[in-house]
Amino acid sequence: MSESSLRVVWVYPDLLSTYGDQGNALVTARRAEQRGLKVTRTDVRSDQRIPTSGDIYLIGGGEDRPQRLAAERLQRDGGLQRAVDNGAIVFAVCAGYQIIGHEFINDLGERQPGLGLLDVVTVRGEGSRCVGDVLADIDERLGLPQLTGFENHQGVTRLGPGVRPFARVRIGRGNGTGDGTEGAWRDTVIGTYMHGPVLARNPQVADLLIKLALDVNALPPVDDRWYEALRAERIAAARQPA
Amino acid sequence: MTESTAPLSPRSRIAVTAGRAAAAVSRAAGRGSGSVIGGRVALKLDPELLRVLSGHLDIVLVSATNGKTTTTRLIAEALRAAGEVVSNALGANMPAGITSALAQGSRARYGVLEVDEKYLTAVAAEVNPKVVALLNLSRDQLDRAAETRMLADHWREGLKDTKAVVVANCDDPLVTWAASDSPNVVWVAAGQEWKDDAWSCPSCGGVLQRPEGGWACAECGFRRPSPTWALAGETVLDPHGTAWPIRLQLPGRANRANAATAAAVAAVFGVAPGPALERMYQVTAVAGRYDTVTWQDRELRLLLAKNPAGWLETFSLIDPPPAPVLLSVNARSADGTDTSWLWDVDYTRLAGHPIVVVGDRRLDLAVRLEVAGQNFRVFDTVEQAVRAAAPGRIEAIANYTAFQDLRRAVGN
Repeated sequence: MSESSLRVVWVYPDLLSTYGDQGNALVTARRAEQRGLKVTRTDVRSDQRIPTSGDIYLIGGGEDRPQRLAAERLQRDGGLQRAVDNGAIVFAVCAGYQIIGHEFINDLGERQPGLGLLDVVTVRGEGSRCVGDVLADIDERLGLPQLTGFENHQGVTRLGPGVRPFARVRIGRGNGTGDGTEGAWRDTVIGTYMHGPVLARNPQVADLLIKLALDVNALPPVDDRWYEALRAERIAAARQPA
Repeated sequence: MTESTAPLSPRSRIAVTAGRAAAAVSRAAGRGSGSVIGGRVALKLDPELLRVLSGHLDIVLVSATNGKTTTTRLIAEALRAAGEVVSNALGANMPAGITSALAQGSRARYGVLEVDEKYLTAVAAEVNPKVVALLNLSRDQLDRAAETRMLADHWREGLKDTKAVVVANCDDPLVTWAASDSPNVVWVAAGQEWKDDAWSCPSCGGVLQRPEGGWACAECGFRRPSPTWALAGETVLDPHGTAWPIRLQLPGRANRANAATAAAVAAVFGVAPGPALERMYQVTAVAGRYDTVTWQDRELRLLLAKNPAGWLETFSLIDPPPAPVLLSVNARSADGTDTSWLWDVDYTRLAGHPIVVVGDRRLDLAVRLEVAGQNFRVFDTVEQAVRAAAPGRIEAIANYTAFQDLRRAVGN
């Protein structure tokens, strides 16, 4: 990251901001500021260029047509791929997760190429939509507590050898492949189906993004009382669905 | 017994009677007003009932994400200047509830009906409306709602050959898209604070440019139509450019917008803005919304806000700081079970207000407010929260089932 500030880029809120996705940007910025960092947040609309100098790129969820438009425009822009080549961090949710894979099925029922930042391919699920609270164990290599979130998607995302599952579900469907995987990650790129928004439910994941950007192993503690109370409630709720 | 002028067929008569009996049983069992169950039984016995019951009425349908119930009430009041009105005033807005409202037995001339967004075109096909009023469309109930833009497409398809006058808000690009293929549209510049569901052109997917007071797609040219009616501050401008002052008892910009639309609808039936607005001033609360209740030595104003657009409009009408604000959010089935939308609401707008938080999902709100840097306190019950606030007026904002809980708690 630059000397002066942590640069958080929120990609295409005009298209990919259906599920409170701004929350991931707000939580990341807040937790960085609580550690004394200066944060510059840039919201990039889909008729603007993606800056290549960001530290953390956040991509949200969206409806089927905006997802297609976003993939087309990101492909044409090329900035996000260049930023990742430079070591930037990407955290993508739901439709955004599908877009940064190799391919997904768009609103016209066609196979649409994604950005190929993750070795995953998404097809449309045959069964019912995956909707509800999720509880999962995050990949032990990342050393994070359990993942809690809310899922709502029809996609089935298959992981290739170039990625690891971000988490393994205990409750919920995750990637929808039936093998219990949820999301995918490699190096500095993470994709997940979790809403909530997921970083509000899992502040340690926000901290992971900040640590990756700063290239440090630890951050000073902050008051996580309300986050912890919310996590405990949602984890209990996932275990005991209504 | 029905008192409508057109005689009902024996089948319809049995259906109406059976529906009323079911409603009475439901009421007796303490399960609410019984209007939905009654309508459901009646519709099952006679699927044509909606058509039959509405046959002799001039029908107005009102649909939107926000403001349906209030606008329906305002239109009903305005049209009472011209004749008797039947209406689903309590917000039972799906076909069963509408059928039940129409079956209440009436010599009415007008039927003013709030319709759930998803059922609008189906109901319109049954009741042959004279007017369809479309207020706004935005995200609501994330876990199950049809995509907002697809809803606009659905309305557009259903209304393209309608004989009705479509009274539509031209400041909402999605509503404009829904109405702009209809043969007879009256555009009302009713405004809209929330813009985050319409940055994409509904026609071509281009990025909408949204300068102050307008919107247009740079790619395909789809743009805001010129209005014939407009909300202008505290007045409504009629098609002749005459400014009529709006002096509602209901608070806020959104209700002035609802009144402007209601005035445009009333004009279709020959009720002039003067008498129409005069009648709307009698409305003080709608199904408990905007009611002020004295409780625990405090004055609670009860405000319903179900989604980000609703919260935004509500923040703009509350008393300034240091008025205390009580927030309550649930995520039960009727609310939508995904609380992610809380992050689309700009809670920094509450800076300076003492905030107390209750509701099933008070911890979601707590994290949201913490990240927004607000001062707040969380309580298990409404009573504890209200007692923690200073005596005087409390602005109480709640989403759907939380609002019902709140009314019950304070004896409203």
